[in-house]
Amino acid sequence: MKEIRIHGRGGQGSVTAAELLAVAAFEDGKYSQAFPAFGVERRGAPVTAFTRINDRRIRLRSQIYEPDYIIVQDPTLIEVVDVASGAKPNGKILINTEFSPDTFDLDTEAQVMTIDATRIALDIIGRPIVNTILLGAFAGATGEIRVESIQNAVTERFPGKVGEKNSQAVLEAYQRMEAV
Amino acid sequence: MTGKMTVVEGSYAVAHAVKICRPNVISAYPITPQTHIVEDLSQFMADGEIPNCEYINVESEFSAISTLVGASAVGARTYSSTTSQGLELMHEVLFNVSGMRLPIVMTVANRAVSAPINIWNDHQDSISQRDTGWMQLYAEDPQEAADMTAQAYRVAEDKDIMLPAMVCMDGFILSHVYEPVILLEQELTDEYLPGFEPEHILDPAKPKTFGAFADPSTYTEFRYLQQKGMDAALEKIENAADDFNKIFGRYYGGLIDTYEAEDAEILLFAMGSVVGTIKDVIDRARTEGVKVGLVKVRAFRPFPVEAIRKVVKDASVIVTLDKNISLGLNEGALCTEVKSCLYNTDINIPVIGFLLGHGGRDIPRRNIRMIIDKAKQVIRSGVTIESEYADLRGELI
Repeated sequence: MKEIRIHGRGGQGSVTAAELLAVAAFEDGKYSQAFPAFGVERRGAPVTAFTRINDRRIRLRSQIYEPDYIIVQDPTLIEVVDVASGAKPNGKILINTEFSPDTFDLDTEAQVMTIDATRIALDIIGRPIVNTILLGAFAGATGEIRVESIQNAVTERFPGKVGEKNSQAVLEAYQRMEAV
Repeated sequence: MTGKMTVVEGSYAVAHAVKICRPNVISAYPITPQTHIVEDLSQFMADGEIPNCEYINVESEFSAISTLVGASAVGARTYSSTTSQGLELMHEVLFNVSGMRLPIVMTVANRAVSAPINIWNDHQDSISQRDTGWMQLYAEDPQEAADMTAQAYRVAEDKDIMLPAMVCMDGFILSHVYEPVILLEQELTDEYLPGFEPEHILDPAKPKTFGAFADPSTYTEFRYLQQKGMDAALEKIENAADDFNKIFGRYYGGLIDTYEAEDAEILLFAMGSVVGTIKDVIDRARTEGVKVGLVKVRAFRPFPVEAIRKVVKDASVIVTLDKNISLGLNEGALCTEVKSCLYNTDINIPVIGFLLGHGGRDIPRRNIRMIIDKAKQVIRSGVTIESEYADLRGELI
């Protein structure tokens, strides 16, 4: 079983990202489960969401304490939330930032990876919404999921032009991370 | 399994199941974490997807359930959903519903009760309605919560039962989780669940009275007959699960279900979503040679006394896990009920109770493992503590 934790702020679509990841994993023929760290949601407040991906049905209902992968939508969270908490030593932490991985001094053995998803979002979508883009980056960085499945989940959730642009941005992020 | 899986939110799976069960009147008042269920139902209504149905907006949970009393009494299949303070506000009317033998089905998205205010999951809300005369069924996952909705209508509307039913699903943990679910199919559900045709309805052409005055000469018999309905439900809940399995190919147990229980020395008892986590912990413990098993209690009312007596008899220790507490007794309801059904029998097995997961406190696998370790100690040296919290933060007290 692979466990993923997504950190973001209220309004950044972290919960949606976790759900889309579950939908995409299911399309890949896996079982999946997505849920938020249920809070009283407020715009801007730190939000955590979780996704599990497994070959068998998932029965476990606890939160995720030792994630294989961590996605950080907003680098300013690193100052207020221990985003690397419990990260597996062979895991990966994917941060949305313009800076390189060595900029971040996280207390972890997990591999830190970065992508400027905000730039991609502004260039392709025209708005700084990065949740779908980071899923593309996740697919490229981890190989856990097919990028086509992410794209399908995105266009199904956001029909029309919005979905198309998001899908294009997903592919761009995927290709960049795959090249790393 | 039949049917195609699709990834949906637990609330959607339940709302969809309600739609497929062809309700005639829905009335509910939104409250976290039940909200998504009634939002989805409102959407179905707005899209014209529920034929012959009226969604009645109301100003409180008290009104929601009162509305359904009238609707059910004229022969409508009725549905509501609520949680926590909303359920507590319904309390008075819940007795009227069961006393009038109205088979209303209601989803409870289980949540803690105030004060202090808390929107997260435990079972205090529905457990506090234990004696209202409603059947109470607890679901392990979204699939079971959806399927249980159809099963609940089938049992509730049986002419030998005619009692309301709560389908309890853990708030947030099950109501807000996205995972693959087989949505109820209309054709199969129509085969499984016939239309609601009550023997007695309010009808101006044939006037009758529901819930009329009963003085001391008759009141006792009304209550006695309600219990008879509950007695009949014991077998019908089993049948409803079996018949569901025949048509849909899905089975979650009847009154109870068991997991690795056959040769278990340590037998855990639990209800709701924690059951899934427990199964994972049992698998791990079994690989280390710990003989531990699980009894999942699906029906809390009627309480499956005979089924429990049968299943525990070879265990060395029984351990209950409760997301509720009876203050003043320091026990959860499962603990008290399980102990009570073993008395006056030749079964003499120690029972210890653990309180956990209250107010949404997460239940990691290590907590279940710790409970199993404590149960091992009981086998070695007997009961020292009958009931205690498994996840108390001592540093806060």
